[in-house]
Amino acid sequence: MAEHLTPTIRVAAGLRQGGDAASAAATPLIRIENLSLYYGRAKALSNITLSIPERLVTAFIGPSGCGKSTLLRCLNRMNDLIDNVRIEGRVAIHGHDLYDAKTDVIELRKRVGMVFQKSNPFPKSIYENIAYGLRLRGMRDRRMLDETVERSLRQAALWDEVKDRLHASALGLSGGQQQRVCIARAIAIQPEILLMDEPASALDPLATARIEDLILDLKKEFTIVIVTHNMQQAARISDSTAFFYLGELIEFDATRRLFTNPARKQTEDYVTGRFG
Amino acid sequence: MKSFDWVSFFCTGLTGLATLLILAILAVILGNIAMHGWPAISWRFVSGGTESDMFDVTKAGIFPMIFGTSARVILMTIFVIPVGVVTAVYLTEYAHTTSPITRVIRGAVNNLAGVPSIVFGLFGLGFFIGFVGGGMDALFYPDNPRPLWGKAALIWASMTLAVMTLPVVIVATEEALRAIPLGLREASLALGATKLQTIVKIVLPNALPGIMTGGILAVSRAAGEVAPILFTGAAYFMADLPKSLTDQFMDLGYHVFVLSTQSPNIDKTRPILYGTVLVLVALTFALNFVAILIRARIRRHLRAVHG
Repeated sequence: MAEHLTPTIRVAAGLRQGGDAASAAATPLIRIENLSLYYGRAKALSNITLSIPERLVTAFIGPSGCGKSTLLRCLNRMNDLIDNVRIEGRVAIHGHDLYDAKTDVIELRKRVGMVFQKSNPFPKSIYENIAYGLRLRGMRDRRMLDETVERSLRQAALWDEVKDRLHASALGLSGGQQQRVCIARAIAIQPEILLMDEPASALDPLATARIEDLILDLKKEFTIVIVTHNMQQAARISDSTAFFYLGELIEFDATRRLFTNPARKQTEDYVTGRFG
Repeated sequence: MKSFDWVSFFCTGLTGLATLLILAILAVILGNIAMHGWPAISWRFVSGGTESDMFDVTKAGIFPMIFGTSARVILMTIFVIPVGVVTAVYLTEYAHTTSPITRVIRGAVNNLAGVPSIVFGLFGLGFFIGFVGGGMDALFYPDNPRPLWGKAALIWASMTLAVMTLPVVIVATEEALRAIPLGLREASLALGATKLQTIVKIVLPNALPGIMTGGILAVSRAAGEVAPILFTGAAYFMADLPKSLTDQFMDLGYHVFVLSTQSPNIDKTRPILYGTVLVLVALTFALNFVAILIRARIRRHLRAVHG
């Protein structure tokens, strides 16, 4: 439904003038305006304004409890599951407000996929894990299912490892493989945006490297927003980076500039490892 | 030098002794039943009926009671599982945990578990036989003087037992549902599944072993109960096996009561009495065993999926 809509906001506010050429030229896909979020009385996010460009990797960094995961979960309304959450401000994709009463949350989540910190494959076969979202969308044809499962697993760089055991339990795979099953499952329904909440934080360096390669590959097709604790990771894979501290957006810029020449003292302290 | 720790010694001894006592009681009960009951067990005893003389050890059989007890327990399971599971799903997935209504429902479920079983028997008589059965008769067969539904019957006894075991199933299912990791629900919802789809496709299949545990506990509780079926379906004597849900049935537990209170010669009846008790215990174990086997199969299936 969104394909024929022209993005209305062309200025990537928050990006400093003359930032990284790639990010500056990109169209903002997600526009967050004056977003504040409260858990009961506690304010978790305060007045966030941010534009996320299309088909690039945007990283959210910051110390624990800074609100980066909370903000990520605003983008597919996963926060709806928690009681007592109150949201002010606006989050729009293609100019459509996600928190508008008319927004279909189910449809939104089909367009905004998510990969979680702890890999959470269903206790089903690898095949059924990938087919789950497809079946939800009403895909019944066996051949189409087979093709989509294979394509998704190939995209997630997992096909060669699991092609002979598609019908074995996904729980029998290694941690890194399980996380790639989750990525394949998320991209099988072809979302526009892929949210990743510290997808490699529980993995060993080798598995992490594979996930990072995968992210760089996937950004050709998807807009990726990734939350990470790991600053090297943010530096390696993201095009632009947002630094959060205590629920506030401190700085948002092209990744290279933010890491080499940050505008704010707090950002500099964090990226140079003086606190966090 | 370290002094001997007498407190530890006594506490260990005391807890060990308490455990031993439990085991001893169980061993005495089962041993007594097995020792006295075994001689009465024969093919004729477990496959025969009570037509000739139900109190004579050389003639009596208890097949109708084995059939009746099995039938009422299986029917009860069929009634109690869906109602209990749906209630538990409502309580854990939909109701607000803090709302007064939820608290009232939870309290009601817990209190239901504390109601004496004879009260359930009377409830079954008043509600199922009098109100539901009687109402159906008045509605569908107004000209028929003999009640068809409004009388003691297998179906009403099973439903009464189902009401009695409802709390067990609800509590076990709630536990099972709460044990499903949040991550699985989130994964499903993040793929665009509705809440209902998530419950039906992810939560319930994974909660199945826990639900089965509730079913097993319900079967254990119900198999030996006599009070709830006293007014609602158990018969003192029937020449034939029950042919429909509206027939009465003979029951092992009730038969034990009949044998021990109605026998003209208790010495001649005692071996059958023990035999009947042994069969009742064995049947309860067997029904449990089957349920446990099914649960183990499901668990295996959840762990290593094929297809």
